[in-house]
Amino acid sequence: MTVKTFREALNETLHAEMARDSKIIVLGEDVAGGAGGTGVEEAAGGIFGVSSGLFKAFGAERVIDTPISESAIVGAAAGAALAGYRPVAELMFADFIGVSMDQLYNQIAKFRYMFGGKTQCPAIIRMPTGAGMNMGAQHSQTIYPIVTSVPGLKVAIPSNAADAKGLLTTALRGDDPVVFFEHKALYPRKCDVPDGDYLVPFGEAALVREGEHATVVALARMVNFAEKALDALAADGITADLIDPRTTSPLDLDTILESLEATGRLIIVDESNPRCSVASDIAGLVASEGFDLLKAPVQLVTAPHTPVPFARELERAYVPSPDDIAAAVRKVVAY
Amino acid sequence: MTLQKTELLTAYRLMKTIREFEERLHVEIATGAIPGFTHLYSGQEAIAVGVCMHLADDDYIVSTHRGHGHCIAKGCDVIGMMKEIYGRADGLCKGKGGSMHIADFDKGMLGANAIVGGGPPIATGAAIATKLDGNGKVTASFGGDGSSNQGTVFEAMNLAVVLKLPTLFVYEDNGYGEHTGTSYAVGSDDIAGRCAGFGMRAEKVDGADFFAVYDMAGDLFDQLRRGEGPAALECAITRFYGHYEGDPQKYRAKDEVATFRETMDCLRNFRKRVTDEGWLTDAELDAVDTEVMALIDDAVEQSKAAPPPDVSEVLTDVYVTY
Repeated sequence: MTVKTFREALNETLHAEMARDSKIIVLGEDVAGGAGGTGVEEAAGGIFGVSSGLFKAFGAERVIDTPISESAIVGAAAGAALAGYRPVAELMFADFIGVSMDQLYNQIAKFRYMFGGKTQCPAIIRMPTGAGMNMGAQHSQTIYPIVTSVPGLKVAIPSNAADAKGLLTTALRGDDPVVFFEHKALYPRKCDVPDGDYLVPFGEAALVREGEHATVVALARMVNFAEKALDALAADGITADLIDPRTTSPLDLDTILESLEATGRLIIVDESNPRCSVASDIAGLVASEGFDLLKAPVQLVTAPHTPVPFARELERAYVPSPDDIAAAVRKVVAY
Repeated sequence: MTLQKTELLTAYRLMKTIREFEERLHVEIATGAIPGFTHLYSGQEAIAVGVCMHLADDDYIVSTHRGHGHCIAKGCDVIGMMKEIYGRADGLCKGKGGSMHIADFDKGMLGANAIVGGGPPIATGAAIATKLDGNGKVTASFGGDGSSNQGTVFEAMNLAVVLKLPTLFVYEDNGYGEHTGTSYAVGSDDIAGRCAGFGMRAEKVDGADFFAVYDMAGDLFDQLRRGEGPAALECAITRFYGHYEGDPQKYRAKDEVATFRETMDCLRNFRKRVTDEGWLTDAELDAVDTEVMALIDDAVEQSKAAPPPDVSEVLTDVYVTY
């Protein structure tokens, strides 16, 4: 084990996997940076530094700076994957997915199915996501519900550096397309990361914490917020299972249902908007497959049904807080 | 013109196969035997064949909703294609794709595409792959006049120039994007001019003249194979049917198609040229016609008799691993 930041874990995984597999290529806006400028080459290494050093290590052929053209970036990843490569495309911000949406949900997601299983498209589309840095409505969203709903795509949403490494490695060694969300606020966060080969299987939730009175399901940055909430509740003798699904497609519902057999009380925490969300999806699945387990109404702790606001005070109010989570836990425990 | 007699016969056989495949589909679709939406390529055969005659199985193409011609020209199995269009279990894509989603990766055919403008970004990716492989292979990206107005296509052309990719962007201007005329919808009325504006060589040819398409495509592919970056080829052509089968075509003058069948028929042009030049005889061409008609009859008969997919197939092939 070595203590690493989320950013370091991702960067080192890309370095290691590109060294292992010459078919892995990286492309996107400023993944190296500096091309055509008057300054230095590899001036950026990705907007958040995740692809830092790759250009130097693997060269311009495998680390491809692109124009600001999200359809071309994701489409090029699609075509390169069909032609035998393992492209890792970076969208500078998850919000830019809209520009590339056809290539993602009509092309990449559907090739294998509509061509009768005769091909595979191992394209990975990485994207920084999430609010908390006052970047406003078009640079702060957690839009993973949109892609989670699309058959043919897998969706990974790590909440810590170890899972970031394990999930990205699994994605790079698998044969399916993966949309990989990296919460911006997590990049500098550190934790113990296993050394050497480390793979986290998709569709296997992490039981982050065990408890007695409730089941809290949380994703990405909200896992950390839920831990803070549970720390505060411990003073009152309230404990809960904390489950991080880690991938929303496939989704490990079994771990959630098993926890509910013991607790009967469910809180789902998600930074996304509430409608047609991962939170509402899990609530619906539990209602249809685990109704008898529930002793209280399911609580959803989500952002409101609004765009992400800019001002510090507004954004803070938008993002679910540890206090919001604690209040929801208290509510179901008292029900 | 550098084609040998066997190559001329191959070109004719491919064009004739496309024509009869489509003419027969026009008849069969009217009986209600074929589900869904079908877009016929009749009239445009010289473009698919004139371009794809330059390509090997490990060169790539991406195609369009009007893709049967590209598939046949690239070597897809005609019977497997017909079965796919009938939605049969042993169709080229197991009956899961249909007319608009035929692909054959063994033939370098990366898929027809039901999204106008969906293919060119994918073509750039295939070209990145062959460029990395360093094998001198090329990718042809087929699209219509309609696709030339899509932002995805602009992005793909710019990326191809920036990365000097071996991609040929082929634009088949058949006069209409869906039900709207090219002269209305293509603002500049000059698709090749737009392509040139991206910084690539762009040429225009008569799409009803196989030899014009073949020669120019060959010249452009040579440029691609020399590593000199992408190129574009605009082909003026017409389609002999509507946007889709069943299209009442009220947007076309009543005699338009009949006139074009007289004046812009690439098969008729081809036959006249090769017999006038003494390269092939009518008897040799007629023999190909007979072979092709038998193949199409066989394809339709086999497709009608073939079993549909098992319903369990609805759940397979979403992922490689679940």
